[in-house]
Amino acid sequence: MPEALVDAKLLLQVEGLTKDFDVSRPWLNRVIEGAPRQLLRAVDGVSFTINRGETLSLVGESGCGKSTVARLICGLYSPTAGKVIFDGVDLANLHSEKMLAMRRRFQMIFQDPYASLNPRWRVEKIVAEPIRSHHLIKDEAALHKRVGELLSDVGLSPYDGEKYPHEFSGGQRQRISIARALSSNPEFLVCDEPTSALDVSVQAQILNLMRDLQREHGLTYLFISHNLAVVSHISTRVGVMYLGRIVEIAATKTIFRRPLHPYTQMLQSAIPDITMSGKARTPVAGEVPNPLNPPSGCTFHPRCPHVKDKCREVRPELLEFDGASVACHGVHDGWIPIVNRT
Amino acid sequence: MTAPLLQVRNLRVEFNTRRGTLTAIDDVSFDIAQGEVLGVVGESGAGKSLTGTAIIGLLEPPGRIAGGEILLEGERIDNLPAEAMRKIRGRRIGAIFQDPLTSLNPLYTVGRQIVETIQTHLPMSNDEARKRAIALLAEVGIPAPERRIDHYPHQFSGGMRQRVVIALALCANPKLIIADEPTTALDVSIQAQIITLLKKLCRENGTAVMLVTHDMGVIAETADRVAVMYAGRIVEIGPVQDVIHDPQHPYTAGLMASIPALGQDVERLAQIEGSMPRLNAIPAGCPFNPRCPRVFDRCRVERPDLMPAGKSRAACWLHVEEKKGVAHA
Repeated sequence: MPEALVDAKLLLQVEGLTKDFDVSRPWLNRVIEGAPRQLLRAVDGVSFTINRGETLSLVGESGCGKSTVARLICGLYSPTAGKVIFDGVDLANLHSEKMLAMRRRFQMIFQDPYASLNPRWRVEKIVAEPIRSHHLIKDEAALHKRVGELLSDVGLSPYDGEKYPHEFSGGQRQRISIARALSSNPEFLVCDEPTSALDVSVQAQILNLMRDLQREHGLTYLFISHNLAVVSHISTRVGVMYLGRIVEIAATKTIFRRPLHPYTQMLQSAIPDITMSGKARTPVAGEVPNPLNPPSGCTFHPRCPHVKDKCREVRPELLEFDGASVACHGVHDGWIPIVNRT
Repeated sequence: MTAPLLQVRNLRVEFNTRRGTLTAIDDVSFDIAQGEVLGVVGESGAGKSLTGTAIIGLLEPPGRIAGGEILLEGERIDNLPAEAMRKIRGRRIGAIFQDPLTSLNPLYTVGRQIVETIQTHLPMSNDEARKRAIALLAEVGIPAPERRIDHYPHQFSGGMRQRVVIALALCANPKLIIADEPTTALDVSIQAQIITLLKKLCRENGTAVMLVTHDMGVIAETADRVAVMYAGRIVEIGPVQDVIHDPQHPYTAGLMASIPALGQDVERLAQIEGSMPRLNAIPAGCPFNPRCPRVFDRCRVERPDLMPAGKSRAACWLHVEEKKGVAHA
């Protein structure tokens, strides 16, 4: 992409991102039994963009590939195909030194605050690690002061740096993870289910903290979650994933007021709502199919109430539809009624 | 009204540790009527699962029931010998746990596990038990049960496994099912299926359920009454609609406000400052007082009991005025 075309607002662009995992039987079995190589396509041609200062959420059920997308963007997996372009630079073309410089600019927050902090390190060392590895502050006294500031930023005391992770509760640990992620002054944070291991009252604290930090530091978030209510609260735009593909992506208000894809509608009606107690919700039939052997055409067709022959044969592309992008024949060909929830 | 199916009276569970005795459940009392669904909510460490474990007699040492009574159909079960308790478990009280993979034995077919459970509790021949097992699998919505009965747990998906676990709990037609986070390990679309199923089965068989969960949404849809636990105590108990829409205890109010709702357009979620106290540092008076926005002097010294508050009962001194002259219910 020529430099002149780089959009000033655009921070991250993902194009046709695909990841296959090799889940073949061991080599000996393949030789003796003639078992074929088997690939699991966890992410299948995912494209989206994220503008500066916005929060894009990816939602979906387990196994839909949302965490794999997060890891691909952070470089924890290398893509089978497709590109990740961060601030106009294709990350695949970067080599070690430049990549390291780039890595300072995006950080990740993981789901489990118990597993993501080294239990043998003091909090100060944990939070200072990105600063040290990127050689941002060389002076030890200044580093100590910076860690203190970061801990205060996330609502902990600067003196907590002396403690070990086991001395903190789950919510406090997640605050430590956030302080660590912020320590290299990143512009972009990838948050993989940051609150799903936490209790609701603690979740509210962390979500509020993330919003405050976003405003103060001008951060951009990619937020991965299975909880639609959390997503509707935190995001600017929402992408819904199903079996490795994005089936619908739109502004938060649009997608919750007027879900287009039958899967999006299904996910929304499946959330237990504390205000409609006693009312029976329509349970969705069926389960997510085996990704090793995904259905033909639209992968959602075996569970879809509006299925027609075309869905079984032709894979729908993610196309514009009245302010949203949706991959559904029924919506584009007009046989699925558009429901507006006000 | 006849006597409640389950009565829990002043239950107290303690853990003896080297550093002293920790009180994990402190003076908890509630009833469950025949066919009623009682939801128990609270955050991790509030003692909600432990209450279920104590009722079913599966407390692991060093945990022990240090006081109070548990009555099933008017008969004390908390002091029964292990052998007698085993006969009640499964026969009169069924259990469903969070993780359907660990509650099934991976080495036996699901049919064998169900048949074994049926024959433990009911005098049935192998053929009869197998027929009943197939009928149970069909009842919990497993397609092609005649074939699926000979499959192993790993051949089932998470949602299907949880259905098998429900079938296991229903084997002997228990009067009460203790469901501890039955949907937490499942995806939302599967969650809805399992809740609908649980509700339907309980209505049809008149089974009472104690539903332990941290998910208010699940409670709102399923339960008749709800008990909110905090630091080992019930802080509020009442009809589910009243507790949700008109919470009487400041903790319940904070908890409700902190749940993000779909389509709600707020900049910040309401949050309760701080975190739940550890068991070895439960504050004097009301355990919620250091976090309570409406705390006053009495809360710091004197412990509130459950008292009538609105249509519910809450353990909060704010309601002491309403209590005047009313006998303790």
